[in-house]
Amino acid sequence: MPATQPVPAAARLFLSGNDAVARAVWEAGTRVAAAYPGTPSTEILEVLARYPDLYTEWSVNEKVALEVALGASMVGARAFCAMKHVGLNVASDALMTITVTGTEGGLVIAVADDVGMSSSQNEQDSRYWGRFAHVLVLEPADSQEAYAMTLAAFDLSERLKSPVILRLTTRICHVKGVVQTGGRSEHEPAGFVKDPRHWVMVPGNAKPRLPSVFQRETAARAEAEASPLNFRIDGSDRRIGFVTSGPTFMHVRDAFPDAPVFKLGLSCPPPLESLRAFAATVDTVLVVEETEPLLETEMKAAGIACHGKDVLPRIGELAPDVLEPAVRRLRGEAVPEPEHVPPQQVFPRPPTMCVACPHLGVYYTLSQMRNVLIAGDIGCYTLGAGHPWNALDSCISMGASMGTALGMDKGRGKVDENKKVVAVIGDSTFMHMGMQGLLDITWNRGNVTVLLLDNRAVGMTGGQDNPGTGRDIHGEETQRVDFARLCEALGVKKERIRVVDPYQLPVLFKALREETKIEEPSVIITNRPCVLIDHYEPAKSYLVEEDRCTGCGNCVEVGCPAIHVTRRDKEVKASGKEVDLSFVRIETSACTGCGLCVQPCAPKAIVHAQPVQSIQSVQFVRK
Amino acid sequence: MSQITNILVCGVGGQGVMTATEILAEAAISLGFDVKKTEVAGMSQRGGVVTSHLRFGRVVLSPQIVPGEADLLIGFESAEALRWSHMLRPGGIALVNAGRIVPPVVNLGLFDYPEDPVARMRALGLAVHAFDATSLALELGNIRLGNTVMLGACADRLPFPAEVLRDAVLARFGARKPQLVEANREAFEAGRRAVAGEAKAA
Ligand code: SF4
Ligand code: SF4
Repeated sequence: MPATQPVPAAARLFLSGNDAVARAVWEAGTRVAAAYPGTPSTEILEVLARYPDLYTEWSVNEKVALEVALGASMVGARAFCAMKHVGLNVASDALMTITVTGTEGGLVIAVADDVGMSSSQNEQDSRYWGRFAHVLVLEPADSQEAYAMTLAAFDLSERLKSPVILRLTTRICHVKGVVQTGGRSEHEPAGFVKDPRHWVMVPGNAKPRLPSVFQRETAARAEAEASPLNFRIDGSDRRIGFVTSGPTFMHVRDAFPDAPVFKLGLSCPPPLESLRAFAATVDTVLVVEETEPLLETEMKAAGIACHGKDVLPRIGELAPDVLEPAVRRLRGEAVPEPEHVPPQQVFPRPPTMCVACPHLGVYYTLSQMRNVLIAGDIGCYTLGAGHPWNALDSCISMGASMGTALGMDKGRGKVDENKKVVAVIGDSTFMHMGMQGLLDITWNRGNVTVLLLDNRAVGMTGGQDNPGTGRDIHGEETQRVDFARLCEALGVKKERIRVVDPYQLPVLFKALREETKIEEPSVIITNRPCVLIDHYEPAKSYLVEEDRCTGCGNCVEVGCPAIHVTRRDKEVKASGKEVDLSFVRIETSACTGCGLCVQPCAPKAIVHAQPVQSIQSVQFVRK
Repeated sequence: MSQITNILVCGVGGQGVMTATEILAEAAISLGFDVKKTEVAGMSQRGGVVTSHLRFGRVVLSPQIVPGEADLLIGFESAEALRWSHMLRPGGIALVNAGRIVPPVVNLGLFDYPEDPVARMRALGLAVHAFDATSLALELGNIRLGNTVMLGACADRLPFPAEVLRDAVLARFGARKPQLVEANREAFEAGRRAVAGEAKAA
């Protein structure tokens, strides 16, 4: 059994939306829950894994997570999976058929849209998938609703024999609020009923099922019209009536406390008749939805006059500071300039790699190479696109580095003829979607050198486990994948697979030089763990001997955040050329002694320090 | 203060901004307030910008503080405090750690760190209480006491007794690391004293 955490009795708890969903999934008597970590959805499974009485797992990707959940639903168990918006794209292949099979045990899919794009490669509206797949979409507005709607979603799913999408946004997942919770109720699975016409989706079986999709949609429409999740608040100021979905409800209520509001909780399919009745009670209707004009379009198609994206932005969150000026404009009022302090210009502070991150060495080395095309991927190592390395030429989606690199290789013309193609991917990303790409590279004789950065963690989302760590979601030991043998099985020649230490810059550089020269697929696996995972052991820290430092700035180019420039200068060389000098200091309390910066320092100015204090850097502390 | 109290805590990923806000929230909850807390998280863990919004009152709807409506700005790092100054309402107060965290883009010479962020904030007409919380924490023996120092600094500017916040701090650390309770009590009081002096000087 998994490690358990004491489960508080029914209580008033301070929970994030993610915590609240997890709590409700457990209370609903769910037996199986699966996910692939992805901001902002990650914590749902992390929290759930600490509850007793249910099976939880990190899956290798979202499609597998959904399939696992579906399997459990088939045998009659309540099942759950979670993902971020781009994860549902990955899972969509399964989803589009589940829509035909339907489900048995309640199946809830939590999808977290990154509205405002705090950490994603795009901003997409997952509510489209509800329309596309003809399944219900519920949209909570805060933690309390996330909790209640998760419970409601299981009931709806079982009543309509359909998966239900719980659409969350960053502002639900990561907002904490007070939640009234309850206790768990058991749900014994009814058992699998052998029925190929239901579960075996060959055309002959699937075709007769198609009408059921639309019958279900009719039933869902009736649900939406009657559902207490859709309600209206009558206000005294009837000039504008707001139709809201998700967290925008709270923003609207905050900004316009006297306005009538129609709150959609079960927003797909939309309760058009109730909305029509609401529209008749106000002068103008404004639809406030993040991010696409879905409801707006559906209402207009049903002949309900409304405003929406003509006055509101299509990008980003619709918080009170965005709503107020937009509504003023709609009312034809002037928008006054705010009287308070104007925003101040301060340097950008993009996220950067941790002190001693093993990826530092890889990107430093890549940035020293000329004539390379570098296809990047999603994860901490995407940070290599930033300063000082600027070492990524692309980053599209999970695993895309493989295919993009192959395409670059096959598609390049005369100008790029002499360039080498390198693909960079992390261990978890490789297993998520990269393996197929590598297979394609070997099969089609691509000339690509793959850098497989095995840091034994899903680094970006906080160091979760994956098949490469040899531990499961509970931290318990399980089989560990052998990347060298895996790559060999995928068709890379044994002698073209190398395992190197990313802290040894000359070795890494040499390996890269050699492998990119050879016209064959090759893989360089780096083998140092992420510094944030529990068993990383810091070594003796370094300092800079000031009188030896020549200010060459080589160590700054490594990009370690523990190195600080103390003084800048200019020097005129004998050749008359002017060079910039940067004299540096190492933040000894932050340095963990990885030794990366020592290597490019020609005058050997970087030496071991006696530890000044044994406190880890602020960059390092794992929450 | 209005019906709802708005507190914006800002700093750099890894400084403990989120934990500090969480403790403030716990104090408010213990008094029966409705509370909402939100942050821009995501990749901020790796040295990026972190802001945490805390709102409490009888009923809280939107979790976000509208620019120009924060009663209190708690800046864990000076340049970050300057970056978020526009969030303060007229008459609001900023409590700023004068310590600096210089990012790689500044070390590379691509951008400048602002000359004197606190002076710039004062020039904007803001009421700023600034002190070096990082050095204070180091003097007390642990850089990680910095967030307790900052909490101590804001304790006398909340719509509830400072002791409620202090108890929330001690309860949090008492549960996790009992040996750190005394150090945190000291850090809290040190933060309190630091701005009490400043307030008179200002
Ligand atoms: S979390 Fe791990 S992998 Fe990511 S930047 Fe930090 S050390 Fe590197
Ligand atoms: S590499 Fe060595 S000499 Fe050059 S700036 Fe760094 S410490 Fe000074």
